Amino acid sequence: MTTPATTTPAVEREIEVLGRAMRLLEGGQGDPLLVLHRDNGHPGWGRFESLLAERFTVYLPSHPGFHGSDAAAWNWLESVRDVAGVYQDALSALGLASVRVVGHGFGGWLTAEMATLDHGRFDSLVLVNPMGILPTEGEIFDQFLVNSETYAKQMFSDPAVFEAVYGAEPPFEQLEAWETDREMSTRIAWRPYMYNRALPGLLAGVDAPALVVAGTEDAVVPNACARSFADALPNARLETLPAGHALDLERPAELAELCIGHLA
Amino acid sequence: MHFMYFTEQPMNAYPEDKVDERVSIGGGRSLGVTALMFSNKYFDPVEGSRLYNERLEEYRLVDEVGFDGIMLNEHHTAPFCMSPRIMIFASILAAMTERVKIVLLGYPLPITESPVHAAEELAIVDMISKGRLVSGLVRGGGVENIQANVNPLHNRDRFEEAHDLLIKTWTEPGPFRWEGRHYQFRVVNPWAVPLQKPHPRIFIPGISSRETVTWAAKHRYPYIGLNTNYETNRKIRALYAEGAREVGYEPGPENFGVLLQCHVAETEEKAYQNAQEFLWMAGEFTGLTHPVWGTPSGYSSPGNRDPLIQVAAGRRPGPKPPPLEQRLKDRTLLYGTPDQMIEQLKEVIQRNELGILCLWGNDGRVNHEDSKTCIRLMGQEVIPAVREFCDREGYNSPFDVDAPVSAAYN
Repeated sequence: MTTPATTTPAVEREIEVLGRAMRLLEGGQGDPLLVLHRDNGHPGWGRFESLLAERFTVYLPSHPGFHGSDAAAWNWLESVRDVAGVYQDALSALGLASVRVVGHGFGGWLTAEMATLDHGRFDSLVLVNPMGILPTEGEIFDQFLVNSETYAKQMFSDPAVFEAVYGAEPPFEQLEAWETDREMSTRIAWRPYMYNRALPGLLAGVDAPALVVAGTEDAVVPNACARSFADALPNARLETLPAGHALDLERPAELAELCIGHLA
Repeated sequence: MHFMYFTEQPMNAYPEDKVDERVSIGGGRSLGVTALMFSNKYFDPVEGSRLYNERLEEYRLVDEVGFDGIMLNEHHTAPFCMSPRIMIFASILAAMTERVKIVLLGYPLPITESPVHAAEELAIVDMISKGRLVSGLVRGGGVENIQANVNPLHNRDRFEEAHDLLIKTWTEPGPFRWEGRHYQFRVVNPWAVPLQKPHPRIFIPGISSRETVTWAAKHRYPYIGLNTNYETNRKIRALYAEGAREVGYEPGPENFGVLLQCHVAETEEKAYQNAQEFLWMAGEFTGLTHPVWGTPSGYSSPGNRDPLIQVAAGRRPGPKPPPLEQRLKDRTLLYGTPDQMIEQLKEVIQRNELGILCLWGNDGRVNHEDSKTCIRLMGQEVIPAVREFCDREGYNSPFDVDAPVSAAYN
């Protein structure tokens, strides 16, 4: 299930956040870089993280309530903004007074919410196919109308990449992990589905340099969302790559290059 | 014994061949997955108007021929049930009928945004019907949560909180304030309270969820197994008894009911022909749906999680509704002439120790005339004979023994 690490390995760590455990993978050297995963977890330390780790100390946490966390310890959270609040404490626990962040999809939304909570803390942001704003065109794909495997497949423009990452028939453990993710998504993002109406207004106060990347084949989040983020953030630019929602898995080298160019 | 009439109010006049995804139901016939996503462009309001008015005529007959109650339910976005707002028919029946109890099985409390509005609507129906309301409560199925866009993860919590608020609204003078986990109200003070005191009876229908059975037992609300077989009913009774004893009472037949598919006709052949219509929707009484919609994430008990993950992923088949032969063997589906039905019902009542019986007379494409015949024969021939048996053998309803409406009034 895990793409083998190429060059830079990661270690697993547990930190205490708000009196509860948070687990993360950490690898590489350099300035701290937080990577926030999508709403169906992350398949481990992959090529994308390894490439970033050549230049940064990369932290890849499991979101509170999602697979890889003690889900029951976080069942009091009610919104994505609450989760962003948890991450403020996580950054303190990691001793990070300032940090760069890359957020994928749902993690991009989380990144944006975090940035609105503490303008001074974030040096630079990359939002990849971010959810979080109601699209002006199209609709955010509703995972709750399909099973978790179909949703995961929806994230790839190339089915072969899905198979390479998860296998032709993902094992039960993977289905179980996705179910945990899905339950937490239900908890914090059932309605409105995957956006915060106040977010565009709040983003006006985030002046950290931001790169918004849209996968032109994204079948989960319409590219209109990326455009809205780029418009709402005062200091943002928009790039596109020919891939689906799981951009880091479909185009790890190109995306890493864009990220490093922006974050370094 | 409390005898109720039920029909799922099928919208049987839709073009079955227009549904893409099909399930074979034998005899060369197949049905499409119609819950939630089958377009309502195929809903014909001319046929809808005819069917609604036929149902009303049938309900009027039910009231005349000797039933004790009419059971109503609510489902959404699918042809298997034409009652998406239970209070519409409850209101009509309150004014239109004279004798029968109006038994809601049930009001889907957690999918409403205001239990206070529910308390008002129910109180009005109770007053207009002159105290004939039985206000059953349900959680609402997965599809109901999705179409109402109410978070399925909180469904059970919302059910319990909404119930507590409903009872308080009915039994304690307002104004008061409610600051709950899922519901908040500045002022609760409805100018409509139920006629029945301390409040209308509550029945809890279900398909045997442990949590719900125990919850019903602890509140002393009768539990109605929805088309459950003997083995399931036995487990329900044992579980219910455990809960009942914890709060200090011994349950009897007045605490148990079942919903039975049950068609009566002048001849056995005719009855058999119409009984097959219970297999409409492949015998899936909440309509043909996908597991992801039927059981959204977080909706079911944690104990069901693993099998549900497998079913949702298509790695193993979901629970299949039993075929006709199995239903006949299980006595969850009965058909026959009045004389045949009398004997079958006695057996079911005795075996399951029941005080409440919901007779699901007609479904699928059973026509209006046959539906009326079934109702008339049940009311005039079957029920009197079975009632005599129940009176003699002590299969009493909560009304017969004047049971407390809840454990709070033990």
